[in-house]
Amino acid sequence: MAGTRAAELLAVVLAESADGTDLPSRLLSACAGTLPVSGAGLALMTDKGPAGTVAASDGVALELEELQFSLGEGPCVDASRTGRPVLQPDLAVTAPLRWPAFASGALSAGIRAVFALPLRVGAIRLGVLDLYRDGPGPLGAGELREALDFSDAATLLLLHLQSADRAAGPEWGQISPIDDRAEVHQATGVVSVQADVGLAEALLLLRARAFAEHRPIGELARDVLEGIVDFRRGYEGTEDGRT
Amino acid sequence: MTEHESDSTGTGGTARMPREQRLAEVFVELADTLVEEFDVVEFLQTLTERSIELVDTDAAGLMLDDQRGNLQVVAYTDESARLLELFELQKEEGPCMECFATGRVIANVDLADATSRWPLFAEAARETGFSVSHALPLRLRGQIVGALNLFTVARVRLTDDHLAVVQGLADIATIGLLHERAIRDQVVLAEQLQTALHSRIVIEQAKGVLSAQAGVTVAEAFRLLRTYARRTGQALTLVAEAVVVRRLDVAGLHAAVRVSPGSERSQGRPG
Repeated sequence: MAGTRAAELLAVVLAESADGTDLPSRLLSACAGTLPVSGAGLALMTDKGPAGTVAASDGVALELEELQFSLGEGPCVDASRTGRPVLQPDLAVTAPLRWPAFASGALSAGIRAVFALPLRVGAIRLGVLDLYRDGPGPLGAGELREALDFSDAATLLLLHLQSADRAAGPEWGQISPIDDRAEVHQATGVVSVQADVGLAEALLLLRARAFAEHRPIGELARDVLEGIVDFRRGYEGTEDGRT
Repeated sequence: MTEHESDSTGTGGTARMPREQRLAEVFVELADTLVEEFDVVEFLQTLTERSIELVDTDAAGLMLDDQRGNLQVVAYTDESARLLELFELQKEEGPCMECFATGRVIANVDLADATSRWPLFAEAARETGFSVSHALPLRLRGQIVGALNLFTVARVRLTDDHLAVVQGLADIATIGLLHERAIRDQVVLAEQLQTALHSRIVIEQAKGVLSAQAGVTVAEAFRLLRTYARRTGQALTLVAEAVVVRRLDVAGLHAAVRVSPGSERSQGRPG
């Protein structure tokens, strides 16, 4: 779902950090500074489950990220398990029944609203972006849109942080938005079977190859679906000599 | 608006069974989907297929607001419909875009007369073989959350009755999106829209996995996924996820599809 706005947001953060260090923290600071929230946290998920906190914009956000993982309950935990956004505009009303321990921790830390956005590309679950606010109330339509753009940017960021072979892929400054066409997602599935890797790695393989060959990923995806390009071992080069 | 005029050349439901009966069946089927394990993509997919069947059109696509300022294609009856919907999104013109922007029904547009209204879209749609287009909004009170597009090959108009049926289906789509809970409006809607968009991607990924495993086309892979989901009473998205994480393979899918023949509902037109 990562649109061009997400790539722009990443570019702004990258401009402040030429060497790519500590990008998650910078993105979260930008997020907390832009949106009407008091803090933001980024949790990492792997196929095996929650893998800890990547970054937090402030001490309270960090505390609540850690609290959710140690308790195993909370909006972030639910968002990552179900893959569904968990928008809680008034914790005092809804949270005590749903997450008793988390609610008491959050409310005593002064947090009144939580918006947990799962970071995913279909079945690829990368993490959760949690937005915390010290006052109750929903996000407005424009604010939700901005929050989703930040979640798209965080998705791209986590995807590329997971890339085992960074050398084969684009530099940080050249990350392109995730192409939303059905072909790209279908080809991701095909590549995961051909290369015998998970979907996240399959998507990275596709993106890296499109980047290396200077061609749109949608075009490469169609070639994969038509069998012109094959990612099985021993088929590294394509028929027409591109590698 | 002349577009809304009813027209006696509209095709009626003369085939097979009385249209009222079929209409009732479809509503029962959709209601059934809503109370059982609910899968929003499967629900919207079924809804687009039934809409072309009920009003005798040839293709349909359904788009949802992605809440980032864009529409996303979530369900479509065949490849031609999907490509046209994507074309609309890319060129930012066409019936769905106009319907979404204005909230109005854009029905019975003769594409031959639409070259100044949507120069690029009208040409693309006619090249695909369509003569008439219709777009109906998915409405939630004052808000438009998506649009349903229908295309007809023959140069026939939809009657007011037909349009009422399709608008009814579009309204059911909105109800489906808000299903499960008392309407906490924007919060639930936002959660549902995001879930629907990601479910669609999971299904595309599973189609790819399955087509590579079984050596079939993605369209065949999709049919297999849906048939299995229906036969076993599971949500389509959950079946897709099982395929993606390799908990379910082609053999497993085929086995269930073979054991219980005849339990599947009629499928409408092939997608």
